Amino acid sequence: MSSLLIWPGKPLLSLLVLLAIAVPFLYAARTPMQDFIHRLTRAICNPLRLASHWFAQTAYRLQARNREVLFAHGGHELKLTIDRELERVSSMVERDLQGYPAMQRKLMDEITHIEEDYKRSAEVPPPPPEWVKAIEELAKIKAGGDGVVERILGDIRKSLDGIYQKVVAEYRRAYEERHSILKRFLPFWRAAGQTLSQVERNITGLQDSAAKIDTNVDRLEAIFAKRADAEHALITSASTQMFISGLVMLIAFGGAYVNFKLISLPMSAMVGGGDYVTESLRASEVAALVIVLFETLMGLFLMESLRFTNLFPLSGITERMRKNLMWVSLSILLVLAGVEVALAVMRDQIIAADVALKATLGGGAPVAAADVGWVTKIPTAGQMILGFTLPFALAFVAIPLEYCINSGRIVLGALLVLTLRGLGFALRVTATLTKEAGKLLGVFYDVLIFAPLAIERWIARARNSAKGAAPEGKVRLGKLSARTEEAI
Amino acid sequence: MKPWIVLAGLSAALLAGCGANVNRTQAVYILVDTSGTYAKEIGKAQNVVNYVLGTLQPGDSLAVGRVKSRSFTEKDIVAKVTLNRDPIQANGQKRIFGGQIATFAKSSQAGGGSRYTDITGGMMQGAEFLHETGARTKTLIIFSDMQEELDYKTKRDFPIKLEGIRIIALNVTKLDTDNVDPRRYTGRLEWWEQRAREAGASDWRVVNDLEHLERVFSNRG
Repeated sequence: MSSLLIWPGKPLLSLLVLLAIAVPFLYAARTPMQDFIHRLTRAICNPLRLASHWFAQTAYRLQARNREVLFAHGGHELKLTIDRELERVSSMVERDLQGYPAMQRKLMDEITHIEEDYKRSAEVPPPPPEWVKAIEELAKIKAGGDGVVERILGDIRKSLDGIYQKVVAEYRRAYEERHSILKRFLPFWRAAGQTLSQVERNITGLQDSAAKIDTNVDRLEAIFAKRADAEHALITSASTQMFISGLVMLIAFGGAYVNFKLISLPMSAMVGGGDYVTESLRASEVAALVIVLFETLMGLFLMESLRFTNLFPLSGITERMRKNLMWVSLSILLVLAGVEVALAVMRDQIIAADVALKATLGGGAPVAAADVGWVTKIPTAGQMILGFTLPFALAFVAIPLEYCINSGRIVLGALLVLTLRGLGFALRVTATLTKEAGKLLGVFYDVLIFAPLAIERWIARARNSAKGAAPEGKVRLGKLSARTEEAI
Repeated sequence: MKPWIVLAGLSAALLAGCGANVNRTQAVYILVDTSGTYAKEIGKAQNVVNYVLGTLQPGDSLAVGRVKSRSFTEKDIVAKVTLNRDPIQANGQKRIFGGQIATFAKSSQAGGGSRYTDITGGMMQGAEFLHETGARTKTLIIFSDMQEELDYKTKRDFPIKLEGIRIIALNVTKLDTDNVDPRRYTGRLEWWEQRAREAGASDWRVVNDLEHLERVFSNRG
């Protein structure tokens, strides 16, 4: 750089002189240079705009596709929910209707019992016999001091008293009987009340299910109508599902890691302890990983065959084949769990032998473990239990995995759309900035050669002012001025 | 999840498991000086052997040889072992090896040291053992004061071959003459280093701090 300077001690002066020398050449090359800058800017801007447009279009197409997938998936899920609810209602109705004749018969029997008892409780003692009227007439006879009449009346009174006592006793007995009948009412009333409560409960359950079905049908209609609120709800639901299933899978991953650590050491006895597959990966670790992966795979098949998940296209297979698949995967899972139990025991033995060896090599005599009975067996037993249960626990990872995949497709699709739009926007901004930078460069070029441009304008003005001058020259200078203004 | 993804993953894992193994075995030859006054250091040597024994993995090899007046012979290999791939069997082998070394240490302390010190012969014998194991990492540990003394009949003044062998001089004690002139000590170590490097040794280290052996043996290969 310093070699370009005329006076190395005075860089500013040197640069000014260089500029002064360069200005005539820059002025002469102004038109092609402005053209070059313009073309260069376009060469950069146009591909950027094209790419931005492509990104925007792709994002639009992807969003439309995502929307289709979202609605299809949401509709499918809702249909399944409605199917399950209808199935529940159907089984409830079937169960209740199946029991309804018996329930009705029971209710009718109870009502008949109650009616009969009611009727029996309503019976009153028979009215007093007809001779009571005769006695009433006799009672109207006045004694009048006649001893015979008085005696007759006295006998009649006595008889009446006796009859009265009998009647009252009879009456009381009848009341007692009615009371006892009424007491027998109570259990029937209760039974009838319970039967009616059961009916009410069933009806309420049916009403709840019907309300749920109604809600889901409304949502399904919204999905079929492809409404925006349904789309928003589905996306939110998918994000929540993905988060929850991701969390569950993370926990399952922790379990798988524990499982892996549990069997990687004893696997070295089976595949060779000093064998390495890569620089840092032991063959025993790979073998343990394969076992854990196989357990997970068997778990996937088991869940699939039990219809808990729908990851594989197994709709074409028969029910018998599905059952066979279930038994095969369960058997393999059991075998692998058994292998893990054996490996857990072996792991314990290897560690114990290693500890004893290190104690011996350390110089001291091997220390016998303190005999504390069954307590020392707890870690081994714990490892065995873990070894047996973890494969089955891993099997359930299929459920969150399915949710994660289904919701992940939607969430990742939405994220991809966002990314594409962001890229498109960034490219558009870059294109605009480049265009503006090109314009700025053109103006800067003119700033460098401002002196000759000023002279040019001055000459043009002078010629314009001189009326009747040669028109060609005016036109030429006028064009130059126009270009200058265009550049500015 | 598509089934082919699962199957591909499992197949890859299986292929990786069944693929060609990477040789990461190591072989260690510990040369123990039992000559002269250094014989009393045998207890430390036993500790070092036990430490190395504890760090070895299934498939690794270990041998202990002694330095005597003439050491280039298989008879001077006190004990050698290549550990089984099964960790439980390897554990048993280590136990037996530890017993052999304990017996050797007792007999060395009781028997006294040899008259001359043929370190070069011992190194040649060790190099032969290490090359025969085919291990990827070969380490020759010399537990000696590195003061070679040969009788007039023994010829060791010729270039030796130690290609690819890492050499560690452990517990290089200072002699009385070194105390008089420390340059003798440094000069001796420099001579041995030069000789080892000229013989093709991949590394040369001197370690006198036996409390931190894990720094020396921490990395495999």
